[in-house]
Amino acid sequence: MTIKTLTEPTINIEPELCKGCGLCIEACPPDVIKFHEKFNSKGYHYAYYIGENCTGCGVCFYACPEPEAIAVYKKGAEVAEEVIDG
Amino acid sequence: MATKILEKAKSFYDTYERNPSADKKMPHYCPGCGHGNVHKMIAEALDDFGVADKSILISPVGCSVFAYYYFDVGNIQAAHGRAPAVATGIKRAHPDSVVISYQGDGDLAAIGTAEILHAANRGENLTVFFVNNAIYGMTGGQMAPTTLVGQKTTTTPLGRQPGNEGFPIKVAELISQLEAPVYVERVSLVDNKLRAKARIAIRKAIKNQVDNLGFSLVEILSPCPSGWKLDPVDSLKWIEENMHKNFPIGVFRDLTKEVEPYKIEKVNPNSDEIINLLDISGENDLSLKSTETSDKYKNPEIKIAGFGGQGILLMGAALAQAGMFADYHVSWLPSYGPEMRGGTANCHVNVRSKEVGSPMVSLPTVLIGMNRPSLEKFENDVVPGGIIIYDSSLIDIKPKRTDIEVLAIPATKMADDIGNTRIANMLVMGAYIGYTNLLPKEAIYESLKTAIKRKRFIEINEKAVDAGYEFGKSHRK
Ligand SMILES: Cc1ncc(C[n+]2csc(CCOP(=O)(O)OP(=O)(O)O)c2C)c(N)n1
Ligand code: SF4
Ligand code: SF4
Ligand code: SF4
Repeated sequence: MTIKTLTEPTINIEPELCKGCGLCIEACPPDVIKFHEKFNSKGYHYAYYIGENCTGCGVCFYACPEPEAIAVYKKGAEVAEEVIDG
Repeated sequence: MATKILEKAKSFYDTYERNPSADKKMPHYCPGCGHGNVHKMIAEALDDFGVADKSILISPVGCSVFAYYYFDVGNIQAAHGRAPAVATGIKRAHPDSVVISYQGDGDLAAIGTAEILHAANRGENLTVFFVNNAIYGMTGGQMAPTTLVGQKTTTTPLGRQPGNEGFPIKVAELISQLEAPVYVERVSLVDNKLRAKARIAIRKAIKNQVDNLGFSLVEILSPCPSGWKLDPVDSLKWIEENMHKNFPIGVFRDLTKEVEPYKIEKVNPNSDEIINLLDISGENDLSLKSTETSDKYKNPEIKIAGFGGQGILLMGAALAQAGMFADYHVSWLPSYGPEMRGGTANCHVNVRSKEVGSPMVSLPTVLIGMNRPSLEKFENDVVPGGIIIYDSSLIDIKPKRTDIEVLAIPATKMADDIGNTRIANMLVMGAYIGYTNLLPKEAIYESLKTAIKRKRFIEINEKAVDAGYEFGKSHRK
């Protein structure tokens, strides 16, 4: 497991734990979360990060009702590479 | 927020093993349900204050009934509306724990109105999270006490009308009218700013308890997209446009800076004081010789049944207490009709050498029948090899069972001969002990001293026990 120190903030959304409620999308100030066109195995259009311009503000984390759907990694956070690439 | 990573709180279970559904990772709430946001804010606070290991969450009845699937803390699920009462008991027994009552508006503001008012009024050192979604979510969108005027629900299809259903109850305002609460705030989940405020309020309400400051309640205006038949984003708009008017957000009470840390004026009597209070002084140092009873009579599970006024419950209590004096583990569970006198009465007694699991006796090894309906009703429940003892002067039938022992004692007649019909119960109890030799007779004498309030009746009751004892002994198999 390689640990990486983030130079840019980012988020991770677990497609299988997202219920597609859209609250994170509504909440994100720079508008960098979108609905995926695909469904997850539960039948929800899950949300995903478009991959750039996240500011690490964290508001999507609190907008999301699901305990484990979104994780936010701010600049300088030390995270396993897999988490970010996955 | 110093932390660089926002992720699932440690105070949640990694996988939700208690959830019987195949998916152990996804909570059961509907998409966009505010319960999830509130859960996350609570779990994060428990992590940050390092109190998860000493926290006890009381789940209500409502959609959050299964909160115990998710929170890795002590969990208890309370009967509908009773969470603040349960929380009170737990907090008093474990003052160092952090006890959280988590409740919906049906739970707290309808069926549980009394419990929340009195817990708040006593100023219990508790944290209450009140999730107000203006509807009964779990049962399919019925009107709640917090439903807005004009709001359509399945039970107000034309909209809530005050003339018919009353006005929405404002819980934060109501609670803040009481003297004792320390902190009462109403928050809302509608946007980033207000969610941040809600998070701070939730943390404060928990911290207050950790600091022993007293009763805190946070009312959270929270979306129920399914009950409202709106999508999650529109649900938040609906709160802002409709609920905020009726339920203004803000702090209604905040004495956190002023109050002295909360102290329960706890009276912990020592054992001497308890003995005095119960008026049983000197009776706890019995050195009773144990009795030899045959194996088949050991560890009896006894049902005593008759009509109210026959001293059924008293007989059971005296028997249990006598068992206690002879160093057995005992239980006594009364059960009577609403009439008290004249109705049927029965009680369940265990006298066991090991701890009593359940005080309920549904399949007795000993049935004491004091009237005919009781004998008829319970005869078939007696386990094979058990005993039926009955008052043959009142009951004109005999048990039909042949796989049990039967002792018929004309107790009421014998009682009349001694001089008081009402001591028939003690005759029967004496007969049971005489027959089985379960307990030393002295244990019964001792128990009479506490069971019988009027001292002048003790002597005649002792006589009854004696007569019954001799009767039972002479009928031993
Ligand atoms: C004693 C009792 N009465 C009624 C019910 C039915 N019941 C289950 S949940 C509920 C109301 C729940 O509403 P609320 O507290 O607002 O919680 P929500 O589901 O909206 O989160 C009712 C009336 C019950 N389970 N037990
Ligand atoms: S952390 Fe802020 S900027 Fe980044 S995705 Fe979440 S809401 Fe958008
Ligand atoms: S808020 Fe959570 S559940 Fe809803 S769409 Fe975003 S990630 Fe999915
Ligand atoms: S019915 Fe309402 S309160 Fe219950 S889980 Fe669904 S959205 Fe939440």
